[in-house]
Amino acid sequence: MPNPVLRVENLTKRYGDVEAVRGISFEVAEGEVFGLLGPNGAGKTSTVEILEGLRSADSGTVSVCGYDPQRNPDELKKEIGAALQLTALPDKLRVMEAVKLFASFYRRRRNPEDLLKRFGLEEKRDSFYSQLSGGQKQRLALAIALVNDPKVVFLDEPTAGLDPQVRREIYDVIEELRRDKKTILLTTHYIEEAERLCDRVAIVDHGKVIVQGTPRELKQASADKTRIEVRLAREEDESTLKSLEGVTDCRTLNGLYVLHCLRPPQAIVSLVKYLESQNNELVGLEIATPSLEDVFIELTGRRLRD
Amino acid sequence: MTNLLTLTRMRVQLALRNKMFFFFSLIMPLGFFFLYSSVFAKGKPYGVAYLLASVLGLNVMGSFWGLSATLVTFREQGILRRFHVTPATATDMLVSSILANYALTLPTVLLEILLARFLFHVQDLGNLAAVFLLVSIGTVSFGSLGLVIASVTNTMQETQILNQLLWLPLIFLSGATIPFTSLSNSVQHVALFLPATYLVHGLRNAIYMNDGPSKVLLALASLTIWFLLTLFLSSQLFRWEPEAKIGRKAKFYVAATAIPFVLLGVWEARNGRVIAEENRAEQKFERLEREYKQQHGESQVEPAKSNSSGDSH
Repeated sequence: MPNPVLRVENLTKRYGDVEAVRGISFEVAEGEVFGLLGPNGAGKTSTVEILEGLRSADSGTVSVCGYDPQRNPDELKKEIGAALQLTALPDKLRVMEAVKLFASFYRRRRNPEDLLKRFGLEEKRDSFYSQLSGGQKQRLALAIALVNDPKVVFLDEPTAGLDPQVRREIYDVIEELRRDKKTILLTTHYIEEAERLCDRVAIVDHGKVIVQGTPRELKQASADKTRIEVRLAREEDESTLKSLEGVTDCRTLNGLYVLHCLRPPQAIVSLVKYLESQNNELVGLEIATPSLEDVFIELTGRRLRD
Repeated sequence: MTNLLTLTRMRVQLALRNKMFFFFSLIMPLGFFFLYSSVFAKGKPYGVAYLLASVLGLNVMGSFWGLSATLVTFREQGILRRFHVTPATATDMLVSSILANYALTLPTVLLEILLARFLFHVQDLGNLAAVFLLVSIGTVSFGSLGLVIASVTNTMQETQILNQLLWLPLIFLSGATIPFTSLSNSVQHVALFLPATYLVHGLRNAIYMNDGPSKVLLALASLTIWFLLTLFLSSQLFRWEPEAKIGRKAKFYVAATAIPFVLLGVWEARNGRVIAEENRAEQKFERLEREYKQQHGESQVEPAKSNSSGDSH
């Protein structure tokens, strides 16, 4: 990748006996939304906090906008925006005061009024931090992460613990950031979030990246898990369907034929041709593409939220 | 510089919205002021003036409670780490809390001085420039002690225990509660190792003996050195992260903050200046008391009926 904005190479970090990060490497290009997807304790937050300069790495190299977070923390902090996990603002700080306070730390800054408007916090501008709901606190955290119009935005589990509706609101905000061509590093343990928001995803488990690519590439890598579920006018023999081109397996389930296939397009063509030759008809067809969850299960043998 | 100012403003705003702040920074000091002035000094101007140093000393010393508690709360709640990803520095965080505390302590001190002057009719408040300097350096140095306490304790509980452990000797031995002259000679010598003793003593000299800044230079200089030392130490031990625990060894660093007053205490114990000056101030108090009673034709045994305003004119 030419001139990546974020570069992480063989990063390791241990806390006492726990090896939190065991040789993570990835690069993120300008304007890309990159996701670290993995279960809790996979090493995602440690990685992000090393990039933000909050923690030091044990070994490996890290660069953010060309800066080493430990050697050039001052330069780095001007360029980044962050919504951290496990953080808070003082209870008696008002929303607008908080945005203005954080804006005052930077030379390059966004208009606080615009930020409040954009994050739907205008009506809450005079509310104390302690009076905000979880979703409002998170929107404020995102607004503050953007006060310096950062080149890179770090979002560490931006929707963890929020209810589905609020989560979707946050997704809208992040999609807007993507349209603004911000470089974003996002950590999450929600499949939906990674699939919907990220241009590329690294699946992280036990402190290592087990696979990375676009959500589509990752899913294609386990494409033999694609299921085609068909209903037919007349019954057919399972073993015949199984022998069709592109099909690896076939099972019947209450009159529903579930075909597992490596190359779904070929499988459909050969199925239709075969049915025509038998004067049979396709009554219904559904393709269930593998999700990143399936990819994760295939690679680790576990569900994401175990 | 901008960071420092905006953070200071935030700290002031937060304090003014906190009920606990009003209790500890206004109600309690004024409570002490009226207790000392009305009850202990029986409202007599010469007594109010004599005890004003103790009242101001208590007010100034109390700075370390609030600063240690707020810094630990900020750290435990993960508020500090949010600032860590911004260009704000540890020094910004520490110095802003000292400045905010100074800005918030000064009005109470001023109120106490004004009440002494106009409610208790103290005509001679001594050398106000020296009082101002001592209050200023006292407030920032005791505030800075609070930051060291926050840095060497891991939880709020530990912080409060250490605060208590320091508070008791500071108020009982410095002359802020029990008059210095009524302490036994050996306890007086122990007190000579405490920064609070020099603060209260300096204030007494400035208010009651009319000593100017040059005469209270020793108190000013020792408190200034102590302030710089505690501030340096708190910046070295500063932790942004809630789970970052301090090592056992680092806890002993707090002992380093005692160095200036250990040296001063040894020196003072030899030349006996503080003890002699405290005795002189007490003699002045006794002389003024006699004169007052002669003027007002009162018997040597003071009846308990006197009250604050009636006696002074």
